Amino acid sequence: MAESAEKMKTSKIIDKGIEEGAANLSSKKIEKVIHDVLQNETGARLKTYVETCIHCGLCSDACHFYLSHDKDPRYSPAGKVKQTIWKILKAKGKVDADFIKKACEIAFTECNLCRRCAMYCPFGIDVSYLISIVRRICFKLGVVPQYIADTAHSHASTLNQMWVKDDEWIDTLFWQEEEAADEIPNLRIPVEKQGADIFYSVIGPEPKFRSQLIYQAAVIMNTAGVNWTMPATPGWDNSDMCMYIGENEMMGRLKKAYFDTAMRLKVKRIVMGECGHAFRSIYDQGNRWLGWKMPPIPVIHAIEFYYELLKEGKIRVAKKYEKGVTFHDPCNIVRGRGLHEMARYVTKAFTREFIEMHPNREHNYCCCAGGGVINCGPPFKKKRVEGDRIKAEQLFAAKSRGAETIIAPCHNCHGGLEDIVHHYGLGMEIKFLGDIIYECMEKPESMGE
Amino acid sequence: MHEIYKFVSGPLVWLAFIIFVGGSLYRLISMAILAKKKDGLVYEYFSLKYAFRSIYHWLIPFCSRNSQQHPWLTLVTFAFHVSLIFTPLFLLAHIILIKESWDISWWFLPEGMADFLTIVVIAGCVFLGIRRIVRPEVRYLTNTSDFIILALVGLPFITGFWSFHQWPGSTFMGILHIFSGEVLLVMIPFTRLSHMIFFPFTRGYIGSEFGAVRNVKDW
Ligand code: SF4
Ligand code: SF4
Repeated sequence: MAESAEKMKTSKIIDKGIEEGAANLSSKKIEKVIHDVLQNETGARLKTYVETCIHCGLCSDACHFYLSHDKDPRYSPAGKVKQTIWKILKAKGKVDADFIKKACEIAFTECNLCRRCAMYCPFGIDVSYLISIVRRICFKLGVVPQYIADTAHSHASTLNQMWVKDDEWIDTLFWQEEEAADEIPNLRIPVEKQGADIFYSVIGPEPKFRSQLIYQAAVIMNTAGVNWTMPATPGWDNSDMCMYIGENEMMGRLKKAYFDTAMRLKVKRIVMGECGHAFRSIYDQGNRWLGWKMPPIPVIHAIEFYYELLKEGKIRVAKKYEKGVTFHDPCNIVRGRGLHEMARYVTKAFTREFIEMHPNREHNYCCCAGGGVINCGPPFKKKRVEGDRIKAEQLFAAKSRGAETIIAPCHNCHGGLEDIVHHYGLGMEIKFLGDIIYECMEKPESMGE
Repeated sequence: MHEIYKFVSGPLVWLAFIIFVGGSLYRLISMAILAKKKDGLVYEYFSLKYAFRSIYHWLIPFCSRNSQQHPWLTLVTFAFHVSLIFTPLFLLAHIILIKESWDISWWFLPEGMADFLTIVVIAGCVFLGIRRIVRPEVRYLTNTSDFIILALVGLPFITGFWSFHQWPGSTFMGILHIFSGEVLLVMIPFTRLSHMIFFPFTRGYIGSEFGAVRNVKDW
């Protein structure tokens, strides 16, 4: 029974990137690439993690995939490691193309690299690191799901995630400035302002699909009287799918362009919009690849920025958001930065009724979109949504206690939660914290009204 | 029989301890060198403060959310590990042997207590073995070596209990006891039992990453 299910699992979803990549593989190439990665890029951590794991299964309950698949052990963190890296090590790299296809699907679409399991393993074994090694091997073998590979290509050619052309970017900023000036006269989106206090950075999808977020940020910045700027050159985008496919070299190039831009503008610090993975890339992984222990310029996430503005009285609450809200803690800024209390402080200030979902804070369940999983695109959408049934249950429980709106300060979480809410018919609304602040803050005299 | 006894309780003891200590040091030092060469970031980010914070929260039962979610397992594994380390160190019979050889001694466990702790270890092995079979998520990860390791741990305690109570064949069991204890010691550095020596480092490292860099708890 389990056997046949195991066979079905890989044959069900056909992804062009995986199929065509695997078609070009020879066993010699596989062995060489695996050998190179293991030899040149891994060491004590991999060895210790593999040899210290006592096969206790205590990490299982940490993983939403496992919980959502009726506790199927193949979806447990160590179970996924067993099917991938243990096998690779045991076979000393002598695995075939079918194995690589399967390993690729597991590493890219059955783990969000959310690091929740590292908080449940008694040894603190970082399964997300082990899965990243598998992704790195797949990437070097040219076996990467097509959609996310395309996104990484966009990064490589344009230095942004969404094939946004240089003039389109500037146009978007001017356009949003014009729009927002209708509401607040004298509003500016200062482009290329040397020596500004803050470089405000966003991810590629903002100018592409969610430009109202730039509008809202501009309103918040102007209201708070912040001395800020945005660059007119590539280097404005902080997102990073290269990090997730294991294309570390390109991740390094992206982050270098990014920090170089900040230095060119001589800003004091970088504030980034409500995105989680981008924060991980700038604060945790990309800087390390470039040899910076910590980012060369202070970087703060929007949550921390809003918190500061509110504490300093630069933004004020005009009215409270009426509907009951719950807060979804994104992995990359909560397990990745501990911003959960600040987020609650701001949320509670602007809302009438706050309802915790359970578990919450650093123990929150993942949205199942992060780690590049949602970026693997439509072929894996159903699998992704079904792999997070536990999230739907958690949200439903919050809803039954009065939560109508979910605040999720992360783009990936937004996408993931939208799909979950839709698929499971939860009928909840999802907002960024910035949406709420924009709606409920005191604004300068409005012309429109 | 006497010759064998003399051998296992004399030269072999020395050998076992030398391999245990030497092997553990070798594993730790070679890992430290490898880390320096290939994972320099482990040193960069290691923070004693947060390492200890993490180790503390994971050594004390019911501090971590995971240990609260599995109360029985937490109780058993805690009792099991404590008894496993405590009993041989404070067993009267062991202390007498050491006193005879080197004329040093220390506090020892009352007899009934020692018996109880030994049973805890044996029962713990049985519990963990059964858990490996009945829990699907554990069975999936388990291979033969996991059972062998449990047997290795259980054997010195079973045989020790047997010979102490002078049950039939206790001389043989006594020899087996010493021998299996030596095998266990020797195996620690070279099998998954090395989780004992690596625990502070894996835990400490992730504790440092979570605490010092990411400003968040890891339990
Ligand atoms: S999705 Fe999260 S909890 Fe599950 S294996 Fe990956 S990092 Fe661990
Ligand atoms: S909890 Fe840790 S030691 Fe246990 S199986 Fe999972 S990764 Fe291995």
